[in-house]
Amino acid sequence: MSDYNFAYLDEQTKRMIRRAILKGLAVPGYQVPFASREMPMPYGWGTGGVQVSAAVLVPEDVMKVIDQGADDTTNAVSIRKFFEKTAGVATTEHTRDADVIQTRHRIPEEPLREDQILVYQVPIPEPLRFLEPRETETRKMHALEEYGLMHVKLYEDISRHGAISTAYAYPVKVEGRYVMDPSPIPKFDNPKLEMAAVQLFGAGREQRIYALPPYTQVVSLDFEDFPFEASKADHACDLCGCNTSYLDEVIMDDAGGRMFVCSDTDFCRERRAAGHVGAQGAPYEEDAA
Amino acid sequence: MYVAVKGGEKAIDAAHAWLAERRRGAKEVPELSIAQIREQMTLAVNRVMAEGSLFDPDLAALAIKQARGDLIEAVFLIRAYRTTLPRFGYTLLVETAKMDCIRRISATFKDAPGGQVLGPTFDYTHRLLDFKLAAEGSLPDAPKAEPHIGPVPHITEFLNKEDLIQQEPANDKEPRDLTREPLDLPADRALRLQSLTRGDEGFVLGMAYSTQRGYGRNHAFVGELRIGTCAVEMEIPELGFAIEIGEVELTECETVNQFTGSKTEPPQFTRGYGLVFGQTERKAISMALVDRALRWKELGEENVGAPAQDEEFVLYHADNIQATGFLEHIKLPHYVDFQSELELVRKMRAEAMGTMQEAAE
Repeated sequence: MSDYNFAYLDEQTKRMIRRAILKGLAVPGYQVPFASREMPMPYGWGTGGVQVSAAVLVPEDVMKVIDQGADDTTNAVSIRKFFEKTAGVATTEHTRDADVIQTRHRIPEEPLREDQILVYQVPIPEPLRFLEPRETETRKMHALEEYGLMHVKLYEDISRHGAISTAYAYPVKVEGRYVMDPSPIPKFDNPKLEMAAVQLFGAGREQRIYALPPYTQVVSLDFEDFPFEASKADHACDLCGCNTSYLDEVIMDDAGGRMFVCSDTDFCRERRAAGHVGAQGAPYEEDAA
Repeated sequence: MYVAVKGGEKAIDAAHAWLAERRRGAKEVPELSIAQIREQMTLAVNRVMAEGSLFDPDLAALAIKQARGDLIEAVFLIRAYRTTLPRFGYTLLVETAKMDCIRRISATFKDAPGGQVLGPTFDYTHRLLDFKLAAEGSLPDAPKAEPHIGPVPHITEFLNKEDLIQQEPANDKEPRDLTREPLDLPADRALRLQSLTRGDEGFVLGMAYSTQRGYGRNHAFVGELRIGTCAVEMEIPELGFAIEIGEVELTECETVNQFTGSKTEPPQFTRGYGLVFGQTERKAISMALVDRALRWKELGEENVGAPAQDEEFVLYHADNIQATGFLEHIKLPHYVDFQSELELVRKMRAEAMGTMQEAAE
C-alpha cells in the first residue's frame, strides 16, 4: 500500500503522539492530552491503541493483537490486518515472539520482557469519570491529588455489599501519586501491571495517552481490613488444566452445562502443546481447530 | 470435546462480501451514479460535507453510496479520509457579506437592501406526497428573473449602526484548531463554533429546541438567513498575493436575541451565529441558538443549569463520529469483563443469601 505512510499515520502526527508518549512515561499515570486523529475504524474500537502502536512500530517489529486475551476475536483480527496492510510488519500469535502487543481487556499470562511494549486500548481513561462527569473537575482533582471521592466510593461499596463492587477497570495508584484507570482489564490482571515491559495506554476518542515505565510501582486501591484480591473463577482450565490463568466461562448447552477455558488463547495452546491436558481437553494436535 | 471458536477472519471477509452485495441491491435495478447522488440527493451530500468537515460534493456522494445511505457512516468515511490530507495552509477569511445568495430572508425586517429571496426552499410547500415523482418525467423549467446586482449587506449591521445590538469585537487571534489539538476547556467562541458546525445535526437541533422550550430560554429571531456561494481566497507564498482557489456553498444564520441587560451590559439585542457548509439551514439556525445559549458567561447572564448552557456537555457530545463509535463498541466482545462481574455477583449473592438464611433461622 503506497497511498499511505508506514503504519498509516503521517510522520508529523506520529511525532506528536511520540511526544505525548514520552511525557506520559516521564509522569507515570498522568493522562497526557493529545490531538487524536480520526482513524479508519470507529472511535471506541481501539483507535487510541492503534495510534499509539502506529507511533511506536518500526518495520522490523513483530506485532501481536489480542482482544479478551484471544488472537482470533473479530476486532483483534481486524486491527492485526490493519497493521499487516498499512505497516507490512510481521505478526504473530506467540506472546514471546512479539515486540509490540496491542491488547484490549487483558494482560497476557506469560510475563513480558524489557524489550517488549504492551499497548492498551482504553475507552474511558479517567478513573474518576463515573464519580465526577466533568473533565474540568477531574483534571483539578488529579492536580490536587484529591482522591477522597474514590475512597468514599470504595468504602460505600463495602458498607453496602460487603465487598468492593468493581471487578474490572479496578483503579490503581501509580508511584504513590496518580490514580489511574488500568483500562477494563479484570482485577485479576492488576498485580501484573508491575512488569518489565513498557506499558502504553491510548484513548482515542477521549484524546488521552498515559504510560507506565518498566518496574513502576502500581498499587490497587484497597483498605487495610479489606485488602485487594485478584480474583478469578474457582476452576482449572478444562482444556489445559491450568489453575492459575484467567478463565472464560463457555455455555455448552441449554441445561446449564458449562466449561472454563483460558482467556489467553496463546498461553492455553502452548500448555497443550507441552502436553498438559484439562478435564475436557484432548491431546494437542497442531492446528487442531 | 470443545473446540474454541475460530474463524473470525473468514467471517469478517464473508460479512464484507455480503455487505457489498446488499449495498448494490437488486442487480436488475440500475446502479446509482455519483453524479446522480450529488445532483438529486444534494441535501444529504451537504450534511455529509458539513459534519465531515470537508467541502467536496463528489467525495460526499461517493461516501453516501458506499455507506448505503447511512449519513453518519458517510460522515465517518469523509472524516477518516480528510484527516490523512496534508495541510497546505489557511485561506483568507471568507466574506459572507459578498455571498452570491440563492436565498436570503429576514424575520426581523419586512424588507432590506438586497431584498428578501425565498430561493429553493421547502418552506410553504404542502407536505403532500407527489406521486408524479414516482413516474419518471420531464420537469418544466422554473421561471427566471433578473438577479439582484449589488451588495447584500448583513441585516444585523443596521442594528449595529444604531448600537442596538451587541458589538462583536474584532479579534485577530489565530483560532485554535479542533482537528489538530485536543479539546481543551474552557473553549473560546471560535472553538465552540468549530465544534458546532461539524456537530451532529440531530444533537444540535435538539439542544437548540430545548432552549426554545425554556431550558436556558433566550428568544431568538432569525435576523438573517442566507444561503449562497462565497469565493475562497488564499495567499500563495510564491505569488505574494491572494488568488481565488474556488468557491464553497454556505448557509449563514444570525439570530437577534432579546436581552434586558445585565450588571455589565446595557439593554440591547445580542447575537447567535451559525455557519455551515452547503444548504443546511436547519443546522445553521440550530447552531446559532446553541451558540447564543453558550454565551451566557460573557454576557453576564445567569447560568440556569440548562444543558445548552453547558459548554462541556455540548462540546463533548456533539460529535456523532465519537458518539456512534463509542455507542456501537458495546457490540464488541466484553466477556472478560463480564466474567469478572459474573463472579463478583455470584459471590455477593452467595454471601447475601447466607445472611438472609441466617436471619430466617
